[in-house]
Amino acid sequence: MDVPVEYYLALSGLVFLIGLVGVLVRRNIIIILLSIELMLNATNINFVAFSSYLGNLAGQVFVFFALTVAAAEVAVGLAIIIALYRHHESINVDDFSLLKW
Amino acid sequence: MSIPLADLVTILPECLVVLAACVLFVLDPVMPASKKDFLAWMCVGTLVVCFFITAAGMGEKTFAFSNLVVVDSYASFWKLLLYVVSGMTILLSIGYLKEERIDLAEFYGFIMLSLTGMMIMVSGSDLLVIYLGIELMSISLYIMCGFKRFEAKSIEASAKYFILGAFSSGLLLYGISLIFGAAGSTQLVEIAAAVNARGLDDPLVLIAMMLIIVGFAFKVAAVPFHMWTPDVYQGAPTTVTAFMAVASKAASFAAFLRVLLEGFGGVKPNWSGLILGMCILTLILGNIVAIVQTNIKRMLAYSSIAHAGYALIGVVVAGWMGTGAGVASAGVSSIMLYLAIYSFMTMGAFAMVAILRRGGLEGEELDDFTGLAKRHKGAAFLMMLFMISLAGIPPTAGFIGKFYLFMAAVNAGLTWLAVVGLVFAAVSAFYYLRVVMVMYMREPSSEQELETRLALSPTAMVVLAFAVAGVVFLGVYPGPLVSIATSSALPLP
Repeated sequence: MDVPVEYYLALSGLVFLIGLVGVLVRRNIIIILLSIELMLNATNINFVAFSSYLGNLAGQVFVFFALTVAAAEVAVGLAIIIALYRHHESINVDDFSLLKW
Repeated sequence: MSIPLADLVTILPECLVVLAACVLFVLDPVMPASKKDFLAWMCVGTLVVCFFITAAGMGEKTFAFSNLVVVDSYASFWKLLLYVVSGMTILLSIGYLKEERIDLAEFYGFIMLSLTGMMIMVSGSDLLVIYLGIELMSISLYIMCGFKRFEAKSIEASAKYFILGAFSSGLLLYGISLIFGAAGSTQLVEIAAAVNARGLDDPLVLIAMMLIIVGFAFKVAAVPFHMWTPDVYQGAPTTVTAFMAVASKAASFAAFLRVLLEGFGGVKPNWSGLILGMCILTLILGNIVAIVQTNIKRMLAYSSIAHAGYALIGVVVAGWMGTGAGVASAGVSSIMLYLAIYSFMTMGAFAMVAILRRGGLEGEELDDFTGLAKRHKGAAFLMMLFMISLAGIPPTAGFIGKFYLFMAAVNAGLTWLAVVGLVFAAVSAFYYLRVVMVMYMREPSSEQELETRLALSPTAMVVLAFAVAGVVFLGVYPGPLVSIATSSALPLP
């Protein structure tokens, strides 16, 4: 049985929104990072769903690139967060106020 | 599978820059500390070679890698500008990094990688390639922002830039995934076909367009997506700030314009209306908030937001309903001209901040410039020149840039927008000239006389000479640059 492409779109839209709201309301920088990852993964759901719906492999290729870039981004991001923790002893974004946010 | 040699020749400059970065990362650990400058010079040498390769191929239009990459005169123009700016950043950093005790050669490697990302952005004709370029540029910049890792401010700037940068790429990528669903491809040509066929009544196309515009608006720091700019520009090492303010903004504008015109050319009136709103907000907020800043780097950050607002006038003109092809392409070429001129004056202003020292720190507060004319006549004069140019007062280059932008707006029937731009240019004169006033009319305190000095290395002098030459020469004799920008403007749909 085939799942209609609209279902996938609804799922990815929901995941994307959860990520978006997470970035905007959560104060823990790790959670914010995870929320950004949710946004990126929502994108991947879209690409794979469209790829299978349109019978076009380009979407799946895009997913590989997006995954790789996301991995690189997280590696750098976590390094920055560790450096930040060493200075502030905190991962709450409200504590990072040396520069006016 | 093999890669055709012709494709590799097309992207030869990109290959050379990546190669230089890789060689640098390998050589860095084995080089004795005293020879590290050699690596910087190697990067500058690579940039000079790339400059000539790109300049020689100017005017041709070549596609490579099954239409993923296009090298046309539009891309070449931006690449030439990016080489110059990167070269100036590296030369400025040689002295600056020593002064700040962060003298690590990988800094130059990150500049080269970031430059590669920008080059890929400006010559991508597929959203996948443009996205990869943006990410390569941004990830390198995140690292460079936090280069003063023992200083909390720098790391904080890096973290803020990372969070908001990754967030904006997430929005952009989601937009790309939706447009892929509508067009069945990420190539700009096919996206244009799908956009023409479906129009904005299709929610998929509409949401995709909005998300892509928001994603790019973050990168060019347009209001209301500018909030990262002041914090990041203030906290990052000054040479990195200069590089971000100039190179990353130019590359983002280049890719933004290409995506809008080549991908979404069919719905021009819709996006130009949207960008008109952003443009006015950017002009207002950038110029007004800059007035109350007491930190020069923060003031220049708001000034760079304001300048993004001026450049957006050109984007609005390029898409404005009912404008002829000639006027619209004048909009595009005036952005190219404006950002080229902006690069020289902003680079010069940040170079001055980078070389002025107070105690062991940078002289980045407005107060540190008090009475500079009494102590260092030459430095004060140069800073005055850059400030006058940023304010757009003739006979400097800043005036020429604004003149062509406002002319394009008037020709497109947007006279009122040119007037708004003019009014805010007058407002901006207030905070630029305040720096001049502080330098020339106030007496420095005695402790200031003792503490401040200029860390003027020979390479920094070369950078200042370049910046002054750009500001003065382009102001007096802009003809050649104008004709290059006009001939390499993007062909309109």
